Amino acid sequence: MYHYNDFDRAFLATRNTQFRAQVERRIDGSLTEDEFKPLRLMNGLYLQLHAYMLRVAIPYGTLNSAQMRALAMIAERWDKGYGHFTTRQNIQYNWPELRDVPDMLDALADVGMHAIQTSGNTIRNITADHFAGAAADEVADPRPVAELLRQWSTDHPEFQFLPRKFKIAVTGAEADRAVIRAHDIGIQIRNVDGIIGYRIIIGGGLGRTPMIGQVLADFLPAADLLPYCETIVSVYNLLGRRDNKYKARIKITLHENGIEAIRDLVNERFALIRPQFSGVDQDMLRGIEAQFALPALREGDTSAFEAAKANPTFRAWADTNLATHRHPDYAIVSISLKKHGATPGDATSDQMRIMADLAARFGHDELRISHEQNVILPHVHKSDLPAVHAALKAADLATANIGLISDIIACPGMDYCALATARSIPVAQEIAQRFDDLKLEHEVGPLKIKISGCINACGHHHVGHIGILGLDRAGVENYQITLGGDGTETTVIGERAGPGFAADQIVPAVERLVMAYLDLRRDPAETFIATYRRMGLAPFKAALYPEARADAA
Amino acid sequence: MSRNFTPKVVTANALLKGDAIWLTADDRWSRHIHEAELIEDEAHSQIRLLDAMARPGEAVGAYLADAKLGALGPEPVHFREAFRTRGPGNHPHGKQETA
Repeated sequence: MYHYNDFDRAFLATRNTQFRAQVERRIDGSLTEDEFKPLRLMNGLYLQLHAYMLRVAIPYGTLNSAQMRALAMIAERWDKGYGHFTTRQNIQYNWPELRDVPDMLDALADVGMHAIQTSGNTIRNITADHFAGAAADEVADPRPVAELLRQWSTDHPEFQFLPRKFKIAVTGAEADRAVIRAHDIGIQIRNVDGIIGYRIIIGGGLGRTPMIGQVLADFLPAADLLPYCETIVSVYNLLGRRDNKYKARIKITLHENGIEAIRDLVNERFALIRPQFSGVDQDMLRGIEAQFALPALREGDTSAFEAAKANPTFRAWADTNLATHRHPDYAIVSISLKKHGATPGDATSDQMRIMADLAARFGHDELRISHEQNVILPHVHKSDLPAVHAALKAADLATANIGLISDIIACPGMDYCALATARSIPVAQEIAQRFDDLKLEHEVGPLKIKISGCINACGHHHVGHIGILGLDRAGVENYQITLGGDGTETTVIGERAGPGFAADQIVPAVERLVMAYLDLRRDPAETFIATYRRMGLAPFKAALYPEARADAA
Repeated sequence: MSRNFTPKVVTANALLKGDAIWLTADDRWSRHIHEAELIEDEAHSQIRLLDAMARPGEAVGAYLADAKLGALGPEPVHFREAFRTRGPGNHPHGKQETA
């Protein structure tokens, strides 16, 4: 992984010193809140319902064990002993006090991390496939490109005041595990006849006006990536609307102008910008790539793994929580942060340390955070899996539910967030608990439920197979269901099923949907989403609203 | 007093700790909504909001929130304001820790 150089360390030290002084000036009254707010937001410090919240970037979701231990220490020393991993591969601390934040940022800097550009109308944390560098189906590791983009976008003087926030995601595989079609720029590394290039998708986004990104360039030459991205953002910076924040994202710019007009503007500007890039960026990329070399994987007997499958608990976990590694003797381990009834994405300091220890001992010192709010050990030799599972089980981290109904994405919702219109966490907790009680989870099979507590859609509800959106309807929480959404390479925005449900009716509604699916599917191999695509909305709608069906009869 | 005016409390977040606070009739910031001044007059509510905003060293983002009179004093009307008096539902943190 990338290691900070002297320039990075000096930049961060200067920035943290500045922020420490800004906090002091706010506390002594030299700065008003109006003056201080943009400064704290530039450094990832929000003010939420019950406390400040510090959002720390985990670039492309990659951490080493020392960084994970630092996150644990920070949670314990300055917060309440846990952190919340988010859908943009960040970690959020929910309880920092203002005076402590400069110390927290210094502690992050000690391990090469920061909270810069986790807020504001800037280019945010660059996200990537959480199986990057390990997946069997990958053309190339997306992280070197993501790191190059991180260095380019961090403190980029032209892009500190964009019309609105700007999110970039990168994947190196055809299978999209990074939701690139719901990002302002989505980048897919492609290999065409042995040549590496990029598919560039722009204008995707969820939120108030969900849109699927459109292909701006299908195969961009590798050396053009950085000038091309700079061109896109600079075209957007001029063309994007600043008169209405709800129409300020690039998805609206694209929608209002059309892909052809945007492409013409990009091509015109690219001709100006491209000559300014001398190739230094490509030299830097080569240096970054060297830091992301595959670890020295070991050959070895994997019979211990096969033998352990005799244990049904291990077998169930192996069936759901392991993914195919590029090396046949290795596996990618997903550690579920979705224990039934727990808060999706939360991990205690003790759990963070155990995951760090496992990464150090069995995982070539690498960890990943997924946008689905789980933690990944990307390189584990199969013979070590029984020991890893046993350690996870002891730490309450061995829930065997990756990709199943209880592996729910949920934003913090109104339990924490000042923007929320309803709670999301308890809905996730209750759905997971209900299907665990019914012992139906494995019978139901792959099913993605995604829950947002407001229209901004941090919980990606539009691309959930079942999406749930919490709203405030006349002072009461109300939950709208969307169906058939898909966040992969075949991205679809879900269809709204009909009127919303009260808080005490949303879990029964989801249960009716799932029971309808079990009745409708051709056979147990037909997944929820496949059944939905075959049958359409109508039979699911009938299950959701039985009283309407009765009225019509 | 306007007939249509819903009673209000002045609330904000504390500058240092960031938690919810309410303005009392004797110009303190309380961490309990029950101690807040329940304001039943619109003109007075605007003055009290200005009073709160004039204390930027203590409070951030002061605003008027709907409230009603309960057994112990003012109570929240909207569920969002009710959460602010307690803390999150998934962990026993925030105001409920010391309640």
